[in-house]
Amino acid sequence: MMEEIHRVLALLAGFSLISVLAIGGGSAVLPEMHKVVVERHHWLQSDDFKEVYSLGQVAPGPNMTMVAVIGEAVAGPLGWLAATIGFFLPSSLLALGVNRLWHRLENWPWRESIEAGLAPLAIGLMGAGAWLLARLAVSGRVGLLVASGTTALLILRRPNPFWLILAGAAAGIAAG
Amino acid sequence: MSEVEHVAPPSLARIARVFLQIGATSFGGGVVAYLRGALVERERWFDDEGFLRILELSQTLPGLNSVNVAVLAGDELRGWRGALVGGLGMILPGLIVVTILGMAWGELQDLPVVGRALAGAAAAAVGLIVATTVQIGRRQLTDPVDLALVAVTAVAVGGLGVSLPWAVVGIGGASVLLHRPGSGRRPSERKDSASSRASA
Repeated sequence: MMEEIHRVLALLAGFSLISVLAIGGGSAVLPEMHKVVVERHHWLQSDDFKEVYSLGQVAPGPNMTMVAVIGEAVAGPLGWLAATIGFFLPSSLLALGVNRLWHRLENWPWRESIEAGLAPLAIGLMGAGAWLLARLAVSGRVGLLVASGTTALLILRRPNPFWLILAGAAAGIAAG
Repeated sequence: MSEVEHVAPPSLARIARVFLQIGATSFGGGVVAYLRGALVERERWFDDEGFLRILELSQTLPGLNSVNVAVLAGDELRGWRGALVGGLGMILPGLIVVTILGMAWGELQDLPVVGRALAGAAAAAVGLIVATTVQIGRRQLTDPVDLALVAVTAVAVGGLGVSLPWAVVGIGGASVLLHRPGSGRRPSERKDSASSRASA
């Protein structure tokens, strides 16, 4: 029991910190989340982390709702709640506060500096997320083909990504 | 004010319903197009300029782009209550689905076919992240200084394992200073800004 409460609090603290640092969104914090969940606390195996991330890709809406599944796997229903609140609440409260501040700072010259300055950080962090996931998930010729084919199709044709995720899953099954 | 003037703002129930619908029907990288269609074209809650302001701020802020847009749009329409129902509406459908999937995964994860399917889906997800990164980052990836900052960040965090707080404070802080007022490195000081952001 004490062990579980400890895990719930660690989830809440860890995911809250990730939440307020998630510049670039969900994929941008994958490396940090992997570090906390897999490397530091050994709550999940690396393969499980990858599989839960894939579950999130099949669900509708924002693809990081999968943090709830991580929380559940780590500490049951309370863990589900702690991971969800920890990941979504702090960044949302910050957004609310900054939105009001930004209206008041309409003519503050640093406003645009912050937006323009954090943009390359966000893109770089997303790149790091893609890099981590590629290390975890892209192995063999089929994986490479799925990843590069998906990239090309999305950039050139912009189909609904849901079908490409399903196609990737089908290719994974077919590859054996 | 950049928002479309309304006689009466929409009800909280209406805001909740619109975002629940977006949360239930949008997938991955397509969320921004979905949001624009619903908020600007269907509901007419915002004009293009108002939506772009929300979108740019959402991309700058930490957190998921789609959830931030829901929170900011809700706040603009009905204050913190609007933000609450907007954000919850965006998250809830996916949260319910992924929780059910998670329970099924807990039961079936030892089956080889499940592992293979999820590995294939993860490989496709890599493509999704790369494509989204390229689309959102079109401007950063074509500007030499910004591209260098992108590369340093990606290598530090993705390759060298630098932890996120250090990257945000160190690289983010240095980058904001590089883009300081008068540096000539800010969107309003460049011509291409509005169009490239709008297509992201």
